[in-house]
Amino acid sequence: MKISGAEIVIKCLHEEKVDYLFGFPGGSVLHIYDALFKQDRIKHILVRHEQAAVHAADAYARSSNRVGVVLVTSGPGVTNTITGLATAYMDSIPLVVLTGQVPTAYIGQDAFQECDTVGITRPCVKHNFLVKDVSDLAVTIKKAFMIATTGRPGPVVVDIPKDVTAQTCVFEYPNTVQMRSYNPVIKGHLGQIRKGAQLLLEAKRPIIYAGGGVILADASEKLTELAHRLGCPVTNTLMGLGGFPATDPQFVGMLGMHGTYEANMAMHHADVVLAIGARFDDRVIGDTAHFCAEPRKIIHIDIDPSSISKRVKVDIPIVGNASDILDEFLKLIESQTGRNPVLQDWWTRIEEWRSRQCLKYKKSDKIMPQYVIEKLYEITKGEAIITSDVGQHQMFSAQYYKFDKPRRWINSGGLGTMGVGLPFAMGACFANPGVTVACITGEGSIQMCIQELSTIKQFDLPIKVICLNNGYLGMVRQWQEMFYASRYSHTYVSSLPDFVKLAEAYGHVGIRVTRPEDVVPALQKALTEHRNDCVFMDFIIDPTANVFPMVAAGKGLTEIIFSEDL
Amino acid sequence: MRHIVSILLENEAGALSRVAGLFSARGYNIETLTVAPTEDASLSRITVVTRGSDDVLEQIVKQLNKLVDVVKVVDLSEAAHIERELMLIKVRAAGKDREEMKRMAEIFRGRIIDVTESTYVIELTGSSAKLDSFIGALDASLILETVRTGVSGIGRGDRILKV
Ligand SMILES: Cc1ncc(C[n+]2csc(CCOP(=O)(O)OP(=O)(O)O)c2C)c(N)n1
Repeated sequence: MKISGAEIVIKCLHEEKVDYLFGFPGGSVLHIYDALFKQDRIKHILVRHEQAAVHAADAYARSSNRVGVVLVTSGPGVTNTITGLATAYMDSIPLVVLTGQVPTAYIGQDAFQECDTVGITRPCVKHNFLVKDVSDLAVTIKKAFMIATTGRPGPVVVDIPKDVTAQTCVFEYPNTVQMRSYNPVIKGHLGQIRKGAQLLLEAKRPIIYAGGGVILADASEKLTELAHRLGCPVTNTLMGLGGFPATDPQFVGMLGMHGTYEANMAMHHADVVLAIGARFDDRVIGDTAHFCAEPRKIIHIDIDPSSISKRVKVDIPIVGNASDILDEFLKLIESQTGRNPVLQDWWTRIEEWRSRQCLKYKKSDKIMPQYVIEKLYEITKGEAIITSDVGQHQMFSAQYYKFDKPRRWINSGGLGTMGVGLPFAMGACFANPGVTVACITGEGSIQMCIQELSTIKQFDLPIKVICLNNGYLGMVRQWQEMFYASRYSHTYVSSLPDFVKLAEAYGHVGIRVTRPEDVVPALQKALTEHRNDCVFMDFIIDPTANVFPMVAAGKGLTEIIFSEDL
Repeated sequence: MRHIVSILLENEAGALSRVAGLFSARGYNIETLTVAPTEDASLSRITVVTRGSDDVLEQIVKQLNKLVDVVKVVDLSEAAHIERELMLIKVRAAGKDREEMKRMAEIFRGRIIDVTESTYVIELTGSSAKLDSFIGALDASLILETVRTGVSGIGRGDRILKV
């Protein structure tokens, strides 16, 4: 039986067991929306802006290890997705984004709502396709899901002209697809793994440096086991938080620009670094020349060969899936109980660094942002999913909320996209019904996707918005204070809306908190009495609070600036 | 260092722009680029001449391999190989220059493939360096137009780039 391209699209999504489709309709996807109307297996989430559809699908994927799926119309529908695609691409998140296109005969004629989707999206997707014939549709969608989820994951765009959704053909969904040009490596090279294990066992000052790859590969438990057997310190990148339990005594905190003193010092002075699913990013190791001046051996596990020796030359590259490779390491490294005695001296040094208590912050009669996060952590017992926007509040969240489990910390690490927090929270809610989801944001970031408060109402999502309102684009203000002699050029956000009234206008609960002693009662109220409501909490915080410790851009990892108040 | 990178890729719409886009996005330089289908019509072969340190070249090869349409990549200049480039050059060939042009073409083993009263078109194949020296050897004021294909390259002997 022949069915239309539009019906094929929906059937493919059924085959892929897609339960949520984040989208926004328009002319060139009308056939697809019609086919969507005639079924009830996929729930469509109507957002208020296509950027939010992609961010929501992205967080759906980040918080669940499933694929996020998006449907948008041609032209402006597509251009609105670009920030979302680039965000997902930088953090290697599996998405399939279906875009409408003008009919094939109109392509290239500057037709109404035409844009070169494949051209515009190319640099910010893992791959993209333009489907010109209905008989290619099913296999192309299959390929899109396969490419998005295998190897180093990433977003894939499938551009579908309107006439292709009207044409008919027999539906056949392949179980698997082979592509001669696409064969990601999974198993690591055993010889290399053996060399790596040997090096780790002989190390005097080893450290495990684990990134988002551990979370993407669902390898946290194996990482934790290996770390326990080795008895060595573990540091996580911003993207890797939750990949190793933050409350574990072997955890030395996040490293990098706003990493802990102990993490950065241990990373710098280690004699053997085991890097897993991390890419020696500029925000992580600072100045490469400074980092490389210190002799050490590096073992680097990554699924993407191009991440290896890109910024820092490594000694033992191991390409493959982190989970499979950690299995092999576990076979070679015997279990050990308690801390490895050989590492006694190393731990003594680390404890010295730790005793500096670099995350202590100043007292103030105003609300300190760090305090809000600490209390949120306590009240949610560390079990909430935290989404974050970008800025100081993001760094405070990463520093003060202790993530013991993976997929609970959802933020834009690579692209640093302001505006992701609220749509991220939506996606996390859909993927994790019943779990507390809090969006930690700033008054700057929240306004970049604030329209989604309407979507949140429509779908009754009990998101808790924690707005750390300092009246400034705080992170930029901090740099201006520190590096531009306090010339606050255009970082004061005047004419802010009344967020409480705004929340109420959207049908939510709004709470303003101005005094430190009201922080805990407000959080408790939001999380108990208003457990089932979306609550917008506007915390008026000390605007002078800065994020410390800090390694300034371009500086070495040990050139750390501490809070001047300590 | 100059490198000649050979790429086998799916002969699909947009595949070339993925390769070209990669070079511009990551700031790699392209000295020449040639592309055409192979004996297997489903595959195209691109030859790119680029410059960069060994580290940069390692990244170029890795990044190219990452492109979903790319089937195989080799750095031909890593081992014995042959490179050729074709140039068509239109020169003024009137009066006393006519004989001199013919002689120059012969010395460089070029062929005159179009003749008018006052011009020749000379076809010349060889390494890029040879084409450069031919241009250098001519009186610049007599050169009317040049067009070059960019380098094509192939490994010597048993070095075969095939699926
Ligand atoms: C879309 C976008 N534009 C600009 C920036 C640059 N930027 C980084 S942090 C920041 C300030 C964020 O302010 P706010 O959301 O109020 O958070 P705060 O730093 O005050 O906690 C800006 C402008 C960005 N990351 N993303």
